[in-house]
Amino acid sequence: MATSARHAAWALAPAFAVLLAFWLLPLAHLIVLGSESRDSNGSGYWQVLSSAQYVGSLVQTCVLAMVVTGAALLVGGISGVFLARQRFFGRSALVALLTFPLAFPGVVVGFLVILLAGRQGLLASLGLHLAGERWIFAYSLAGLFVGYLYFSIPRVILTVMAACESLDRSLEEAAHSLGAGHWRVVCDVIVPGLAPALASCGAICFATSMGAFGTAFTLGTRLNVTPVAIYNVFTNYANFAVAAALSVVLGAVTWAVLLLTRRLVKNAGTVL
Amino acid sequence: MKRSSLFVVQLLFTLLVCAFMLVPVLMSLLAGLTRNFFVGLSSGLTFDWLVQVWQAYSPTVWLSLQLAVACAVCVCVVGVPAAYALVRMNNRFSRAFEELMVLPVAMPGLASALALLLTYGQFGAFRSSWLFILVGHVLFTLPFLVRPVMAVMQRQQLPVLEEAAASLGAGPIKRFFSVVVPNCRAGILAGVLMVVTLSLGEFNLTWMLHTPMTKTLPVGLADSYASARLEIASAYTLIFLLMIVPLLIALQAISARLSRGERR
Repeated sequence: MATSARHAAWALAPAFAVLLAFWLLPLAHLIVLGSESRDSNGSGYWQVLSSAQYVGSLVQTCVLAMVVTGAALLVGGISGVFLARQRFFGRSALVALLTFPLAFPGVVVGFLVILLAGRQGLLASLGLHLAGERWIFAYSLAGLFVGYLYFSIPRVILTVMAACESLDRSLEEAAHSLGAGHWRVVCDVIVPGLAPALASCGAICFATSMGAFGTAFTLGTRLNVTPVAIYNVFTNYANFAVAAALSVVLGAVTWAVLLLTRRLVKNAGTVL
Repeated sequence: MKRSSLFVVQLLFTLLVCAFMLVPVLMSLLAGLTRNFFVGLSSGLTFDWLVQVWQAYSPTVWLSLQLAVACAVCVCVVGVPAAYALVRMNNRFSRAFEELMVLPVAMPGLASALALLLTYGQFGAFRSSWLFILVGHVLFTLPFLVRPVMAVMQRQQLPVLEEAAASLGAGPIKRFFSVVVPNCRAGILAGVLMVVTLSLGEFNLTWMLHTPMTKTLPVGLADSYASARLEIASAYTLIFLLMIVPLLIALQAISARLSRGERR
């Protein structure tokens, strides 16, 4: 079998060449670029880490991504367990409808948020009708939250449904027969059983929310989140060192969270 | 059968989530077909907006389709052999390679695009052609083909079949095309559909990589969201949805079939 393994290694060559030339090399270049300094302001990394604005945008992006992840896990977890466990008329249609938005690009999600909570949105006219004032929050962090939630929920639902299949139902029945109430069973049996899937899915939701440029771009380039900051630094100020440094820091944080989750959870099935 | 009140609460909650996902999409469909969205449905339905969008933005649709097909071809050429190698090797190196392959998806697209732009941006002819966007799309979609193909390959008795073919005198290349590829058609098909869907909707990378001459559908969408009136933007979104929803339905059908095969 040694020769066939060697043949197999050759089959990997094209993919390796593509990744090396168009990803590893550019990434290394980006990391080096971030340490260059254009004028006497110090390297890109120093400018990023010493600026309250950039650090603030990073913190804000991280917190937003964490809140979105938590909310998506809660909402998607409840619906996912429900859809995996119950059989009723229209269930598969409901699952199909809930999973479509997974493939919607960020820009489209941003537009949907505008339709929901923008100046002429549904909530604006609803608010005008009910309270006499337009409810508009699409162009703020709340709008961003709604958008990120929109594309995170389908992913959680899919993952939770898949994880529920492998859950041992006899444990729940045992807990019930020992007198545990619904709430106790959820907390002590179902949630720990789903924990690996929830953790790895949460990490992916976090990563997606950290880098979701499209939604933020549609909702307005005044929002102080890191992808928008990178874009502004790059296009408006042509400050390549800072743009590169910000990208590297954003990528490093995202990657670290994914790696950490992988270390904590082994072999969790996720929908990428 | 009598359902508990817990069931009703959970069902209502799920329906609420479903409404959250669907209502904006339906609004967008409606807005793209209404004569004047601010007046409402009473202004009448029309296809005028769709016609206007087509007149202004049809090149973006064609470019996106061209990119998606080219991307699917490239990813197949690179990815199917890679999946085969990863399944076959299954050692520390191949696992490290898998990690590496997924990284461009995990990384913020903007960062990858910036890296590409700052490294290869000075090659003018390459920078201004659609191939520059293609490179980004291939990087981003590669794992979405390799993963399902690997999953199918792991289930099949590929080593046995290959040994049989080898004992009949088939060389490695012949074995790959006449044994390996036909046996993982379903995985390749699922992967290709996913790649096409993702390539049609890719924005984070594309926005940095595009030039005024190479605008894709999502780039055009972002343009219209920023500058056009709501009806035009909605009609444009409608065209986009008409393109990807059939793909998504096909994808769901195939992955249902694949997971049935897994259980069997």
